[in-house]
Amino acid sequence: MNKELSGTTVDVDAEGYLTDPGQWTKEVAVELAKEEGIELNDRHWKVIDFIRKDGAENGTAPNVRRITKIGGVPTKELYELFPGGPAKKAAKVSGYGKPHGCL
Amino acid sequence: MNKVLILGAGTAGTMMANHLRRELSPEECEITILDRDNQHLYQPGLLFLPFGKYRKEDIVKKRDKFIPNGVEFRLAEVDRIDAGNNAVILDGGETLRYDLLVIATGSRIVPSECEGLEGEGWHRNIFDFYTLEGSAALGQFLSTWKGGRLVVHIKEMPIKCPVAPLEFAFLADSFFKERGMRNRVDITYVTPLSGAFTKPVASEMLGHMLSDRQITVVPDFDVERVDAAEQKVISYDGREVPYDLLVPIPTHMGDLIIARSGLGDELDFVPTDPETLQSKAHPNIFVIGDATNIQASKAGSVAHFESEVLTRNVLHQLNGEALEPIFDGHSNCFIESGGGKGMLIDFNSETEPLPGQFPIPGVGPLPLLRESRLNHWGKLAFRWVYWHLLLKGRPLPFITTTLSLKGKIIPDLKENQT
Repeated sequence: MNKELSGTTVDVDAEGYLTDPGQWTKEVAVELAKEEGIELNDRHWKVIDFIRKDGAENGTAPNVRRITKIGGVPTKELYELFPGGPAKKAAKVSGYGKPHGCL
Repeated sequence: MNKVLILGAGTAGTMMANHLRRELSPEECEITILDRDNQHLYQPGLLFLPFGKYRKEDIVKKRDKFIPNGVEFRLAEVDRIDAGNNAVILDGGETLRYDLLVIATGSRIVPSECEGLEGEGWHRNIFDFYTLEGSAALGQFLSTWKGGRLVVHIKEMPIKCPVAPLEFAFLADSFFKERGMRNRVDITYVTPLSGAFTKPVASEMLGHMLSDRQITVVPDFDVERVDAAEQKVISYDGREVPYDLLVPIPTHMGDLIIARSGLGDELDFVPTDPETLQSKAHPNIFVIGDATNIQASKAGSVAHFESEVLTRNVLHQLNGEALEPIFDGHSNCFIESGGGKGMLIDFNSETEPLPGQFPIPGVGPLPLLRESRLNHWGKLAFRWVYWHLLLKGRPLPFITTTLSLKGKIIPDLKENQT
């Protein structure tokens, strides 16, 4: 399915995650964050910029360990920025799919 | 003459030694395989050990028994891989040169990555089942346990055999029922993922399996620390799950050799091309099994499918030919669901586990994504297949290297799961 976010049409899955990270823009990020009740500030953007850069290099969004260890953002801060599930919410706002298991 | 060196004589390394010796004559290629000990552990057996279904001697054999003639097996600790000089340096300084290196050093649990896990409770009322020691000690504990709160806790992904914690919970439910003490045990499954099942089709088909067994799931739980004195697991967002018996699945990391060699990512897994299995940093280094950083499950069946792809690519590399980008993340595993039943799932990076029949469409005999007695027998029979066919790199009947959609049913999912 697709939907319109700040004038851009993007493809999303049933839970609102973008299915093509290539459709992501900064404006889309602002709208996705609003859906999660988050107003983006500079500290959020530091996380999002890292996820976008690392995701582009590796083809998949980084996990929390990678965001903390390589991105340099402590886990406590991730929880303050993306309350109730930083791994999922940061990935969603950054235009990547939900981190998943196998079954 | 080419020199091929394989690091690690576990499932993946042993399969590669057998495949490559069959494909390459001793005149054209010298093959050496290294490990630090001579104990080959049948890792799927660790799941059954705590419930008294297997004994230690059923699941440990000597590694060299499975290494073919014409391959040198060496017992040695590796200090580091000197990739710039195509050499592996052993403890003590001996240098082994290679033309092509296969890294099959696997993964290991690192309990110290979770604060409080290794403290006073470790192997007292906290037991892993990912090591022989942990699994055997857990068996001892369970044989006299009077009941209480059992918590199965996953710290973070990736882990070996991602379905094993779920199987453990199912087998525990069954074990306590058989002993007539299920009403004295609470089972809670704590996971950092959004649920025990995360793929849509499996969630819809299997969602009831946990509630039917009165297993409580605590999802989205990112653990901050374990408080062994107070016997509870505490998350970053302040939730607490109390336990009497904690079965944690600790952080998994690659071998320390990888860290010492500077070849790993943040978890010491080696960055690897997911389709060719070539190391991203060095063209004459290939990586297989748990040691890679690819998204495929860390499981023996994945290593088996990888070994078929990797064998072709090693030959291409030695002949100066282009590599084949054909690995698709194919995985196939039996899931014990307790009470003498099991399930089978078959999936890859693109295709989630689906219902149907396996391996022959319309016939089976094994049903996919559904509980059956036959799948349980399949899991038990797999131990024989492992020792006699899989490690020796023999083809498994009817099972293809890449995923086949034949026999699979793609169900209509309920729309709007938001």
